[in-house]
Amino acid sequence: MLPGLAAYDCRNNRLAQLGLELDGFSGAVAAAVRRYGAERIGVFMGTSTSGILETELAYRRRDPRTGALPGDYRYTGTHNTFSLADFVRCYLGLRGPAFVVSSACSSSAKVFGNAARMIAAGICDAAVVGGVDTLCLTTLHGFQSLELTSRGPCRPFDEERDGISIGEGAGFALIERTAQANAGRSLLLGVGESCDAHHMSTPHPEGLGAKLAVQGALDSAGLAPADIDYINLHGTATRTNDAAEDRAVCELFGTGTACSSTKGATGHLLGAAGITEAVISLIAIEQGLLPGSANTRRLDPALRSHYLLDNREARVRRVLTNSFGFGGTNCSLVLGTAD
Amino acid sequence: MRAYVEGVGLCGPGLGGWEASRALLAGDAPYQPGPTAVAASELLPAAERRRVGMPVKLALAAGREALAAAARDAAGMATVFASSSGDCDNVHHMLEALAAPERQISPTRFHNSVHNAAAGYWSIATRCRAPSTSLACRDASFAAGLLEAACQVAGDGAAVALIAYDHPYPEPLHAVRTIPAAFGIALVLARDATDRSIAALDIAFVPGETAATPVAVPGLEALGNDVPAARSLPLLTLLARGSPGTVDLEYVSGTHLRVVVAPCA
Repeated sequence: MLPGLAAYDCRNNRLAQLGLELDGFSGAVAAAVRRYGAERIGVFMGTSTSGILETELAYRRRDPRTGALPGDYRYTGTHNTFSLADFVRCYLGLRGPAFVVSSACSSSAKVFGNAARMIAAGICDAAVVGGVDTLCLTTLHGFQSLELTSRGPCRPFDEERDGISIGEGAGFALIERTAQANAGRSLLLGVGESCDAHHMSTPHPEGLGAKLAVQGALDSAGLAPADIDYINLHGTATRTNDAAEDRAVCELFGTGTACSSTKGATGHLLGAAGITEAVISLIAIEQGLLPGSANTRRLDPALRSHYLLDNREARVRRVLTNSFGFGGTNCSLVLGTAD
Repeated sequence: MRAYVEGVGLCGPGLGGWEASRALLAGDAPYQPGPTAVAASELLPAAERRRVGMPVKLALAAGREALAAAARDAAGMATVFASSSGDCDNVHHMLEALAAPERQISPTRFHNSVHNAAAGYWSIATRCRAPSTSLACRDASFAAGLLEAACQVAGDGAAVALIAYDHPYPEPLHAVRTIPAAFGIALVLARDATDRSIAALDIAFVPGETAATPVAVPGLEALGNDVPAARSLPLLTLLARGSPGTVDLEYVSGTHLRVVVAPCA
């Protein structure tokens, strides 16, 4: 960890730092600080479990007599849900508003909405959004208890799909007002959010909440379904998610819009899934590449959407990306490029 | 950013609801400390009611009181949930189970461990499919929630229910993160004044440190500092008194929110 930030040292914030150091991201934020001032840039991060691994390990080392946690255990910079945004804000030297959104697997898609609202309200000129989640016992054993983990690498939309592969990841994006968008710049065109109001760990079987989120994103972008060239699905490879999401997509788009889940390649990055798939969507636009579905062997014949098994080259102008989570939380983003 | 308060819900130690607590928050009655009493929520179906912990009940109770005062239908209302650590009790039991050799946790414990569990149960209970944000900002979680809710109200103009709640960790986490009492607060915020408006709030994000406005009620000072959701108390005392005033809320380091309160006639 950077000197002075040792209080944040944990697996989750280490992965955050690795991400911040890649692709010239920290430099781009430093340039934004010179343009707007550090107090005009917000930090909105998604995570589901933050640095809980530290506490999981500390609970194995409790004092046998008093039950106390070991003396070297630190809570605030690690386990506490806010520690990720606090760390990123300190690392980048930002002084604007900040918080963590923690709504399971929709977390780092929803932060795009928070950032857009803060910028629209004039609180910020720019915002760093993103998400980080890392392996921990809570998610490994938790998803196992629900029988939602796959025996092998996950196979989205496969007729023999049997659950998720848990992954870990960190991703970030710098969002600015669109007034300065030059041709070729990536654009956040729309955000849609909804709740299922159905069940804590099972999606609405008819994809009701998913449909509301997708429709909300299209409405806020001022676009029709036909304007979307590719859909990056949530596509976790559980029986229930893929069936419900397929139904939602077919009801709104018909069966012609190309779509796929990229979780066969990345695994399910949970609180980092939204940002990861937003970045994949932007790469799809930039490179004119529709990603196929790694590890999917035979499409489930009960699913009707135009699901891509193999990579395909095509002009991609606008992408919709879905992120859904426990508690019935749904978020869809529409991303595009400036003409 | 301006938002009108249409309803308040409150649930804290010796604070059994907003209506029941107004006199003491206004300084017209003495504060009597007591446990935080939360009734089982009739909002939830029986199966869900058995599964939820005290922190979720706290959030539901505060939210329900605020919605009733605002006479608004919860089913269509966007929500912002703010909490430092969600269901601390549930997390502790899960951590104990994961430290045991079998590492066996129950599916209910796991899905209740998500920070947005309160939001999930709220949406099931109220059949609400409107957008919902669940955020965390440690001691400044209420301020962060208020800022987010104000941006939403200013943005699309729809009313928002802000529900902030915190609950103590049991030991051993209590020793390293001390939240001394359970506390839930809800505000229904709307863009325009209605006949139910209590006060107008002008909410500004301000870079720079400042001293947070203390709670001007004897006996409530410590609560208003030590429980993140109870940092709303200086604002609540102004609302209870029906007096104009300014409240500074500590936000992320080096920043604060300034809230100017103007009561509605």
